[in-house]
Amino acid sequence: MSVTAAAAASPVAARRLFTARRLGRFALKAAAAFTLAYILTPLFFVTWLSFFHQEIPSFPPQGYSLRWYQAIWSNDRFIDGFLLSIRVAVVATAIGVALGVPGALAIARLRFPGREGLNSMLLMPLVVPGIVLGLAIYVFHVETEIATGLPVLGSLGGLVFGHVLIVIPWTVRLVTASLAGVDRSIEEAAQSLGADRFTTFRRVTLPAILPGVVAATLFGFVSSFGNLELSLFLVGPGRTTLPIAILQYLEWKIDPTIAAVSVLNILLIAGAMLLTDRFVKISRVV
Amino acid sequence: MARLEIDQLSKRYGDFFAVREVSLDVAEGEFVVLLGPSGCGKTTTLRAVAGFVEPSAGAIRLGGADITDRPPWKRNAGLVFQNYALFPHLSVAQNVAFGLEMRKVPQGEIAPKVAEALKLVRLGHLGDRLPRQLSGGQQQRVALARALVFRPDVLLLDEPLSNLDAKLRQEVRIEIRELQRQLGITTVMVTHDQEEALTMADRLVVMEEGEVRQVGTQQELYERPANRFVAGFVGRSTFIEGAADGQGHFLSEGGLSLRCRPTAPGPAAMALRPERIACAATPTGRDNCLSGTVEFVSYLGAAIDLHVRVSPAERIVAQIPNRADVRVPHVGEDVHVGWPAADGIVFPGKGAGQTANQGIA
Repeated sequence: MSVTAAAAASPVAARRLFTARRLGRFALKAAAAFTLAYILTPLFFVTWLSFFHQEIPSFPPQGYSLRWYQAIWSNDRFIDGFLLSIRVAVVATAIGVALGVPGALAIARLRFPGREGLNSMLLMPLVVPGIVLGLAIYVFHVETEIATGLPVLGSLGGLVFGHVLIVIPWTVRLVTASLAGVDRSIEEAAQSLGADRFTTFRRVTLPAILPGVVAATLFGFVSSFGNLELSLFLVGPGRTTLPIAILQYLEWKIDPTIAAVSVLNILLIAGAMLLTDRFVKISRVV
Repeated sequence: MARLEIDQLSKRYGDFFAVREVSLDVAEGEFVVLLGPSGCGKTTTLRAVAGFVEPSAGAIRLGGADITDRPPWKRNAGLVFQNYALFPHLSVAQNVAFGLEMRKVPQGEIAPKVAEALKLVRLGHLGDRLPRQLSGGQQQRVALARALVFRPDVLLLDEPLSNLDAKLRQEVRIEIRELQRQLGITTVMVTHDQEEALTMADRLVVMEEGEVRQVGTQQELYERPANRFVAGFVGRSTFIEGAADGQGHFLSEGGLSLRCRPTAPGPAAMALRPERIACAATPTGRDNCLSGTVEFVSYLGAAIDLHVRVSPAERIVAQIPNRADVRVPHVGEDVHVGWPAADGIVFPGKGAGQTANQGIA
């Protein structure tokens, strides 16, 4: 009697387990799909909107055209803003990475009092709200100009200096993470084979942390390029970055030009990511 | 190839001596093994020779030149790491070429030297591979080729075999030793594996707690261990605590009266090698003849360990060969054990009971 009961119960239990597992897998997929949709929906609508023909965005669209993309080219504010943003981002990224890599090396490799503090401090710009940071730098610039008489306020140098602060935390974070994965003994091996400290860094350590450095460059660049809050305080007359140009345009008009600019923005960043990913698997570093 | 002299080397971290006054002379072409348990200072000593540990005191000379204060890259020492430490982004050939490039060897001479070194370790066909495409044993040989290609004055091996599986390890031991002999290169190896040390070394240095306990050949260490630690670490020993009378008699704590080599009177411990103890069903007729009961039988394959209770306080291990003509007693059986007086090595002193029966699991 009991034997038959057990035999009968086991396929039922197995089927129940199977169903539960299928349900679990379905729930996981559904959650992933929802998250993906949540991220992509705004991008989808912005892209769609940028091709609307009419000036006031309303549904349904009254036809499609590329006129808003053409409108960008005739708008000097966008072109100048784009060029300035690129220039600032390139220079700030170069400086930030050049400063951040040695900083990361010091934090990861040297033992000195205040190491933890230095680490937190270098990551600070990532944590402090951009508006607070921007204001702080602005006040600093004002005070510096008063004290020294140098034209710091609203200067290009001042803007770049501010953006360097955006790049440094990315570099420190990503490069220290890469360094943690580097086997110290390969550096010792290089030294025992006759390489001095600098040669060891150039020939062994740098190639090992290159994915981290490349990722830091990319993220630093993207963060600088898209930064609004900090730049608001630091731009001078006649000097406007692309995000600020977009904001200013929005104060007067809401035609799909903004959508078109955003789409180009997204394409540029996506292009940079894809290009980088060809050389370094970003997902492995970040 | 050169002579290596370590002179009164000490490394101190605060109050803790990682290495204390270690002196060692390695002759040209000699293969010396530093042997000891983990934390005994053997690796610190090796790393001091390589230049990665700054000595607190003492000097290191290589080929007559004082290298104590030289950075690692100016020492001309070939180092093989436990994890091989190959450069993951460089091919096998580029790995091997690294030391030559650092020495500014002309480009044209590098390739033939690399090829020769790879041929020496039987990897001539794998020069284009990346390290991760090789097996552990192959990586180990690349590391060896990389350390040898620039003709270092001394070869330093830091537990080079511990990441290999047991069978491969036995082969590589012989391979490394033959290669070392063929090149006549002065070599220092670090290991905690006594079998490895005994197979490979010309001379062994047994270390414990940062200090050298004994230096000698395999036979010297085995036949005449300088202290309890060496007797327990090189080969195996059963220790019997007691006292010596100064005239070749030893009275154990368990009340056994035994004959031994004459030593100073006082508290002492007697070390017995399991393989020197005879075990039979009838009295053995040796200087020391005891009867006892088998309490544990450990089947090792080539030999069998018998743990025999000889007094309420003492149990000794006798090893018998595993042969068809030797009957293996079973647990609970009464047997006779015996050994010549000269095989009971007596170490004066008391309180070293913690190290008793070391090496006998």
